[in-house]
Amino acid sequence: MMAYLIRRMFYAIPILIGVNLLTFVLFFVVNSADDMARLHLGNKRVTDAAITEWKAERGYDKPLVWNSQASGMDALTDTIFYQKSVKLFAFDFGSSDSGRHIGYDISQRMWPSLALAIPIMIVGLAVNIAFSLILAFFRGSPLDFWGVVLCVAMMSISGLFYIIGGQVLLGKLWSLFPISGYDVGSNAAKFLVLPALIGVVSAIGSGSRWYRTLFLEEINKDFVRSARAKGLSEALVLAKHVFRNALIPILTGVVVVLPTLFMGSLLLESFFGIPGLGSYTIDAIQSQDFAIVRAMVFLGAVLYIVGLLLTDISYTLADPRVRLD
Amino acid sequence: MPFQPVILLTDAFIFLLLIMAGFLVWHVRRHEHLLEAWRQVGQRKVAMSAAVVLLFYVVIGVLDSMHFRPLAENADNKIQYDTKVLSVLDLALTQLREQKEKTYSAPFATHLYSKETIETLSGTQRDYPRLVYGGAHLGEGETVVADVLVTLIKSAALGVALTAFLYLLVYRFSARERWSQRGVGSHQVVWLTLTVLMSSLVALLWLSQNYHVLGTDKVGEDVLYQAIKSIRTGVVIGSLTTLVMLPAAIILGLMAGYFRGWVDDVIQYLYTTLSSVPGVLLIAAAVLMMQVYMSNNQAEFNTVLERSDMRLFFLCLILGITSWTGLCRLLRGETLKLGQLEYVQAAKAFGVSDWRILLRHITPNVMHIVLIVIVLDFSGLVLAEAVLSYINIGVDPSTHSWGNMINSARLELAREPVVWWSLLGAFVFMFILVLAANLLADAVRDAFDPRLKDQS
Repeated sequence: MMAYLIRRMFYAIPILIGVNLLTFVLFFVVNSADDMARLHLGNKRVTDAAITEWKAERGYDKPLVWNSQASGMDALTDTIFYQKSVKLFAFDFGSSDSGRHIGYDISQRMWPSLALAIPIMIVGLAVNIAFSLILAFFRGSPLDFWGVVLCVAMMSISGLFYIIGGQVLLGKLWSLFPISGYDVGSNAAKFLVLPALIGVVSAIGSGSRWYRTLFLEEINKDFVRSARAKGLSEALVLAKHVFRNALIPILTGVVVVLPTLFMGSLLLESFFGIPGLGSYTIDAIQSQDFAIVRAMVFLGAVLYIVGLLLTDISYTLADPRVRLD
Repeated sequence: MPFQPVILLTDAFIFLLLIMAGFLVWHVRRHEHLLEAWRQVGQRKVAMSAAVVLLFYVVIGVLDSMHFRPLAENADNKIQYDTKVLSVLDLALTQLREQKEKTYSAPFATHLYSKETIETLSGTQRDYPRLVYGGAHLGEGETVVADVLVTLIKSAALGVALTAFLYLLVYRFSARERWSQRGVGSHQVVWLTLTVLMSSLVALLWLSQNYHVLGTDKVGEDVLYQAIKSIRTGVVIGSLTTLVMLPAAIILGLMAGYFRGWVDDVIQYLYTTLSSVPGVLLIAAAVLMMQVYMSNNQAEFNTVLERSDMRLFFLCLILGITSWTGLCRLLRGETLKLGQLEYVQAAKAFGVSDWRILLRHITPNVMHIVLIVIVLDFSGLVLAEAVLSYINIGVDPSTHSWGNMINSARLELAREPVVWWSLLGAFVFMFILVLAANLLADAVRDAFDPRLKDQS
């Protein structure tokens, strides 16, 4: 087990190098730093001096991968590739294009993101499981049919409409919740209820339908039939035999997204003005702050890989038949 | 010629897609086992109804992809074309396109949504001014409700009549029994859906002559027109993206699964790397880079339309690059399994070349996966467009799209009183398309996935 995990960690390294190279190529090779400077300073009537200054301020004036003017190791380290890309491996994100420290911003904004994402995940899981268990219990009946239709219909509505609808209806017209904003500590709760509610509701469609398929896959298996044959009630069969076995794919589906909860929800956070990493990313995209986008791409990849690793571990914990070696 | 055809990049791909769809139909008709699976889809009432709706959207999208420049009026008899590019759909919706008001007006309104100072005989007063087009034909004492109701009834009758005509036309040339033989087992549903669609189409066209059915936006443009024009963008993104990614996904997936060894390692590494970057961020990074490129090379794009079309195509490309990994992984797994089967082993023993085995023996047997992924992805991509446009990394702001409609409507919600009809328009048109795509995708998956077939 330990040996397997260590080997998996080593597998992650080339993937991270790949992500790093990909972002480097996207951000510095496809377009030169001059292009970026021009976009930021406005296209028209930009003096060369202004571009040079913009680049120097942000450290984009170095050569790409090889500094022929420097000597020794500096030829490699005093370059954009080393300063901006390699340093990401040490989680040194550097400064954003507007001069703020990205690492500090991330450590600050992580918590509001988690405060929103964790309740959504837990409540969403409970609601989806309950709903899909009901559908599985009444499988083949009109209730099941219309339940699935409802799920498909809910899946077909863009997430934007859930957010806008919820915000206008519950926030503005009925004034049940504040429309947007955030506060520190426990005061934040009242700002989080509405976005969390919307986050849960918008995921019911796809989540419940998927869980229902998982339950139905188990429901026809032999051991479930034997359980029924020995006289157990249908509810007990569902709760003990079906549910616990279907829990394995459900749990792994949850575990793989656990680390990425840090990244927050892009839309919810930006609509409700929650200062998390999701709105941080959106703000960066909209103000075309390449340094932040680059950092978030790398961070997202790391968290995704951690998620995959956790999935493997949770498999062995949840299902003793699976051995990793 | 009275017009000069203009073929934009995405138009060309749409036509290519149509040709491929035609080829697919021809191919399916010659193969009994494929026909059988499609018959199974044909038996599902919901799926057939969804297919008719989808077909409606596709027809509108194709009509909107036939672009041309009309002949411009000029004094001397030189042949000169207008600089403005229109589509066949624009031609059909000329009234809708040209009946512009001054600013916001509610659906079926006869007056503007905001008060203005009006000059009357008895001096000036602040009131809601009369619309130029909305309800302009109404005389004294005629109410909007009565007029709309009458038009609705008339257009329902016309819709039924049109469908009945079509019904007779179809069954005049091919007997009903042959249709059931071909597998359209649920023709009542098809005709019912067609009737409903025809009636609503007639009603919309009729009503929009005299009203703004979905109101007007800030600059007085008809919202219904915007929503209809957005259909093309949605259809293009949903279909072109998959078309763009298809070759890469199929070739790499098959190669990884068949050749194994280092080829497999390299391809697996490639798609794991790409899929480990969160999708939105990769798209954002690529679109940002595209924006930089386009703003630095503005000379390459002659017109605004060409530029926005290029951007739409780039967006499809980028979405395709981020979404091919899923299909590639599925194909690799399936090819791994197929490569072990006896018929492939036999082909190998007979000395058939690897490429021939891949082409003749493996590709046809993984195509069901490709088909399922194409239809399943469609709805997700249409939804993704809206979200991307909201973050400003979607289609060009000058392109009509539901995402852009939502994006601009968001600011109007903060206005007092609320302007809600842009949102309603985008919601209804998008919801119907995505719902139909989801329902059809379900039926196609059930019919083509052998794993599901064994269970039932």
